[in-house]
Amino acid sequence: MGLKQNLHKLKEKYKGTKMAPAFNALHTFLYTPNETTHSGSHVRVVDDLKRTMNTVIMALVPCLLFGIFNAGYQHYAAIDNSLRLDPVANFFTMDNFLMGCITVLPLVIVSYGVGLLVEFIFAIIKKHEVEEGYLVTGMLVPLIVPVDIPLWMLAVAVIFGVVIGKEVFGGTGMNILNPALTIRAFLFFAYPTWMSGDKVWVHGAKEMAAQPDAISGETILGSLAQNSEPIYSTWDMFWGFIPGSVGETSTFLILIGALFLIFTKIGSWRIILSTVLGAIAMGLIFNGVVNAGWIGEGSKFYGLMSETWWHHLIIGGFAFGAVYMATDPVTASQTNKGKWIYGFLIGFLGIMIRVFNPAYPEGIMLAILLMNVFAPTIDHYVVQGNIKRRMKRFKVKTA
Amino acid sequence: MSKDIKIKRGLTIKLKGEAEKTLSSAPRSRTFAIRPSEFHLVKPKMVLKEGEKVKAGETLFYSKDNEAIKFVSPVSGTLTKIERGAKRVIVQLTIEADAQDDFKEFGPLNSGSSNPVEIKARLLESGCWPFIMQRPYAIIADPEDEPRDIFISGVSTAPLANDLDFSLKGKEQQLQSAVTALSKLTKGSLHVGVGKGESPFKGLKDIVLHTVSGPHPAGNVGTQINKIAPVNKNEVVWTVAPQDLVIIGDMLLTGKFNAERTIALVGSSVKTPKYYKTKIGAEVSTFLYDSGLDEENVRVINGDVLTGYKTSPKGFMGFYNNTVSVIPEGDDYELFGWNKPVFDKISTSRALTFSWLTPNKKFELDTNTNGEHRAFVVTGNYEEVFPLDMYPLQMLKACMVKDLDAMEALGMYEVAPEDFSLTEFICVSKQPHQQIIRNGLDLMYKEIG
Repeated sequence: MGLKQNLHKLKEKYKGTKMAPAFNALHTFLYTPNETTHSGSHVRVVDDLKRTMNTVIMALVPCLLFGIFNAGYQHYAAIDNSLRLDPVANFFTMDNFLMGCITVLPLVIVSYGVGLLVEFIFAIIKKHEVEEGYLVTGMLVPLIVPVDIPLWMLAVAVIFGVVIGKEVFGGTGMNILNPALTIRAFLFFAYPTWMSGDKVWVHGAKEMAAQPDAISGETILGSLAQNSEPIYSTWDMFWGFIPGSVGETSTFLILIGALFLIFTKIGSWRIILSTVLGAIAMGLIFNGVVNAGWIGEGSKFYGLMSETWWHHLIIGGFAFGAVYMATDPVTASQTNKGKWIYGFLIGFLGIMIRVFNPAYPEGIMLAILLMNVFAPTIDHYVVQGNIKRRMKRFKVKTA
Repeated sequence: MSKDIKIKRGLTIKLKGEAEKTLSSAPRSRTFAIRPSEFHLVKPKMVLKEGEKVKAGETLFYSKDNEAIKFVSPVSGTLTKIERGAKRVIVQLTIEADAQDDFKEFGPLNSGSSNPVEIKARLLESGCWPFIMQRPYAIIADPEDEPRDIFISGVSTAPLANDLDFSLKGKEQQLQSAVTALSKLTKGSLHVGVGKGESPFKGLKDIVLHTVSGPHPAGNVGTQINKIAPVNKNEVVWTVAPQDLVIIGDMLLTGKFNAERTIALVGSSVKTPKYYKTKIGAEVSTFLYDSGLDEENVRVINGDVLTGYKTSPKGFMGFYNNTVSVIPEGDDYELFGWNKPVFDKISTSRALTFSWLTPNKKFELDTNTNGEHRAFVVTGNYEEVFPLDMYPLQMLKACMVKDLDAMEALGMYEVAPEDFSLTEFICVSKQPHQQIIRNGLDLMYKEIG
């Protein structure tokens, strides 16, 4: 009781002052406010934005934990290749966990620390409440970057992403591009050497590059882009014992997360399903082209195009993007019909860019950002359908 | 022409405190009050001064914009107080009631043999006109218009709603007289939606009967209009609530404006929720304490919990509503209310909320918003409870940015604020949907209407 009353007194004290948003953000984290309805619906459902965002974070936690183990595992396995013979036995070890914590947790801390700082500053300047959008973004960011990304780069990117990607549009709910992907795209174009190639995906690979015992951390897509067979089995890909961005590797856990999001009705099953369908469609087209003999083994696209269609779903960032990024309700299509089109095109274009991008064999990030831009257009045409029906009714009446 | 209406998208909110089907008479209220704010967009012009005597059915004030629309006293007594607020807007008229009602006599009017002009004149003169609402704009109907159709919803699906089959039982004569009269005011039909039960509307003449089923808002007249014959641009339809038909019918039969109606006192804070016979404008306390309240800190609502307006235990019955709901105030903090598992509140998601496990449980909801006001973020959830053929989120946004073209194109002529009460209830961003729609309608009325 004491805490509740004291916080209430403090809230009244800060009311109207510049510090009110900052204080309220902390206060509402502890207690849902004593706000009541005034008119209209006098009762409301229990769901609020915090709960919604929190559900997404819960769906991400398994990916984060797995990512921590995987960061350690990939590091040690690159040094001692024999560890890869039995990934299950050598994966959940204390060494991997500690190494993972050392490398991954700083990313999480920087992402949340810098991002929330920017949010608080904007809330105070613009005199609005601190909104919950960054809670999810802050969790997504460390999961979609290479493990060795320098922390200052991450900090710069987060500032850019939150300010340019979100706050200039008016904050949570108003942005056009997915903030987490804006951050990643910024890193990708500003510091490409830290975001692509075969040296960034495994901790230590870059530092040891010049040494005699250099280690490599080629991703599967990287190998395929060079027309060489990846060294990982399909099950490794599905369970996630492969190099890649921190949290994107385990398709299995992402699948669990997807089912959780769909069950809780927080994630849109329409978007997830249609994204997968789009990717399958593109994958089948590429396989068909290869089977028809139009693309020879000499082509630089042969490796990626000939990859079995359903493998595209379990390698690279596809699954993570489809489940956690494409479904962001603010930047996705807002109509149910539009969601089908939006998702399908993300899958379709994502795999297309992945195969044809000469510099970097992955396309899901760019496909989502591209479709973010087109989502309002899709919605416009979907809503037009409804408007036309109404106009027609009107014309029949007046004719 | 009659067709069945089956609603799929919607949400029936099950709450504790349903009214028991017994009828008591509330003791006669000593003071009555009329609040002009209930008559949306009406600028009242007083006819009587403070201290003047008034009969039941005698004009208190009329609308400045249309002098034919008169607002009458529900009882006979003395107009003791004209309370004014900011900019001298009349907030409340208080009438000290006589022990016995002295009615102003209008004389009976046979609705079967009267012509539309006579009927209209009588409805206006007797103060029954304000019961007739129009769409577009959800305001009191313009007597100059001839509506395309008239719609009446004889079934209520709102939370803890007054069961019309019970409260209108035995009023068939009044209802018949009223619907016959009203049906002469339109070249179209008088559509009545009824539920599966024993509705007093079944067996009436001069109406087109529709059977309505499905979750709330199946009983909202707006839903029924949308499914039977949606309102187009340049069209006007009228709606009348069934409890108001009784007063209209009674006036036609007896020539007296009898403001009596059967209301349901409901809600989880009421000890013995049941039905009362009372009058428009009567003190709520005349029956509130008869049923007893469970606690002190309560919200008394004129109407149902989704669309009613706030009053207090010292307040008065509204002009339009047939329900008074009393629920606990929720002005308290809740520790980790945003992330802990919740079993005792309604949710449309399953985000650690478990109301989906107990679909038949009756909940005890308070007035807490359960979260702070935010920008629109979540999409696709409004559509699940919104049966009208339009896009609710886009409509709300069009209203917020005052885009008249978009509002018109998206179907603004068809809606009333109450149609957005369920989307407001489930809104994750806690946006005031009904207020947004009301402001949008008002803007449209000002600019286009």
